Amino acid sequence: MTSVIETRGLTKRYGRFVAVDHIDLEIGKGEVFGLLGPNGSGKTTTILLLLGLTEPSEGSVRVNGLDPLRQPLAVKSSVGYLPDQVGFYDNLSARENLAYSARLMGLESAEAAKRIGDALARVRLEDVADKRVGAYSRGMRQRLGLAEVIMKRAEIAILDEPTGGLDPQSTQELLDLIETLAGEGMTIVLSSHLLAMVQTVCHRVALFNRGKIGLVGKVSDLTANVLGGTHVVEVEAEGVDLAAALTKAPHITGVEKRGDTSWRVDADSDVRPEIARRVVEAGGQLRNMSLRHTTLDEVYVRFFEQEAKHAQAA
Amino acid sequence: MPRQREGSPFTGLSTIALKEAADHMTSARIHLVLLLMFLTAVGAVYAAIGQITATVGEDQFLFLRLFTTARDPLPSFVAFLGFLLPLVAIALGFDAINGEYSRRTMSRVLAQPIYRDALLTGKFLGGLIVLALCLLTLWLLVSGMGILLTGLPPSGEEVLRGLAFLLASFAYAGVWLAVALVCSTLFRSPATSALAALTLWLILTVFWGMIAPLIAGALIPVDPLDPMTQVNQFELQQAIARISPNVLYGEMTLGLLNPATRTLGLVFANQLQNALIGAPLPVSESLMLIWPQLCGMIAALIVLFTVAYVSFQRQEIRA
Repeated sequence: MTSVIETRGLTKRYGRFVAVDHIDLEIGKGEVFGLLGPNGSGKTTTILLLLGLTEPSEGSVRVNGLDPLRQPLAVKSSVGYLPDQVGFYDNLSARENLAYSARLMGLESAEAAKRIGDALARVRLEDVADKRVGAYSRGMRQRLGLAEVIMKRAEIAILDEPTGGLDPQSTQELLDLIETLAGEGMTIVLSSHLLAMVQTVCHRVALFNRGKIGLVGKVSDLTANVLGGTHVVEVEAEGVDLAAALTKAPHITGVEKRGDTSWRVDADSDVRPEIARRVVEAGGQLRNMSLRHTTLDEVYVRFFEQEAKHAQAA
Repeated sequence: MPRQREGSPFTGLSTIALKEAADHMTSARIHLVLLLMFLTAVGAVYAAIGQITATVGEDQFLFLRLFTTARDPLPSFVAFLGFLLPLVAIALGFDAINGEYSRRTMSRVLAQPIYRDALLTGKFLGGLIVLALCLLTLWLLVSGMGILLTGLPPSGEEVLRGLAFLLASFAYAGVWLAVALVCSTLFRSPATSALAALTLWLILTVFWGMIAPLIAGALIPVDPLDPMTQVNQFELQQAIARISPNVLYGEMTLGLLNPATRTLGLVFANQLQNALIGAPLPVSESLMLIWPQLCGMIAALIVLFTVAYVSFQRQEIRA
């Protein structure tokens, strides 16, 4: 895998506040990479640094092997950017807005017209292409922003909170569109604070916390490493101490008491039959048992909880 | 470490300038301001023509009187321009940069393969294009009205002086466009930026004439026993007054449209010995007279643009 984006010790300080703290990232060609974390954890600043819109205080960035500060035009012509809450010129139509961007990209008008038509069709805006953008909904603007990236034929697309403020249906549509683009070989970097929502589309994610990357890797690897398992079983049972009953059970990586009669069991496979057997063997009554896959939110909360605990202990 | 950037800072400049100009031409705000200016200007010239035809004199430069004659209660055409051109320029520029932030288009535009330089310069050029078009239209309109209604064609010299006046007006409007551009980079809210620019406009066009003598009087009090202090005070007062582009523009129009103007400062009686008072100066001499004013205006324009440029280059792009 050749890496198209590489950062080394990337740092951005605003006065004494460190917004981005020594970030090392490597993103491969064709990957869908998620920058995840709460608001204010340095995701947007990292994106601005990748685009060369902000100067790093320390460290280096390479995009396609180019330095965004020294060769900004070359970098910006191969990278498409969809900002958080993207804005357009409200008094112009979608087509005119894209035509302006196309002229800034240096496209010829015949080529631009063709690409604009194709891009608008792909994001299903061709019916309203000649309406003023002022009348567009949030979801339509977001799709129009994506159309700009498509029109640019960018090798790398950087999407900042692409699903922010969208209803579930628009979110799903947008995610599907992103997956299709990734399928065509576009490298996609997207940031989000809605961890669970994007875990389905991202090949790899980086979890941000206060300007630092806590974890990088595939979603399944992260859940395995942090929670010790990929599955969670919620158990309700009476007359049994589940933690004692499940000692030395295979595949089970953790048992946590949630209430008088309820537990949460982390495991790396479906262990429901094993739990049922042990509860009955121990003389307990099994009330309810449900299985689900762990989400990134749980990974995030658990990981940074542990970090905080370590920090306090140290 | 070398900090060379690759690629031309002018990439996309013409695209941005033309788009800005087109946006201005279609915006209701600019239509209103231009309508105001055209109506007052045409009214002033129409009144001036009435005045001129009523008192036909033996004036060699009757045509130039179109621009400078006032008839109560209307001020003259140049007075109108001096007062209203800044308003047009401010309307064109006050939300140039901060408007992009509030529309959240800034980062999207700057993510295209262009430099920031091109955006700022393009916005300025776009404004200048509109100002040039509007001034040219106004100038032709007024000249045309003059020829039709008075029935006299302008002489070559009058045309030359008129063109120089057009250039001076353009530089004057450019300075105010640069002021508006500076405000739009310094203030994040378009409303604050507009108010700041308008405040400056009011101070410099209306109140500066009262402030300048006060400052000069405080700095160099007149000593009744030493007449030179009076001269010094007046010269200081004039220097302070000339900070206002409005004063510089007034002096330029005086020098250009009134060929008999020999000086814009103090003259002593002995300097006027053997002078034919009231005799017109040739165009070249009049140009020489206003040259410092014109240069000062262009310098102010460049300094203001540089301030906007530096502040914009240091800005964080986060919208």
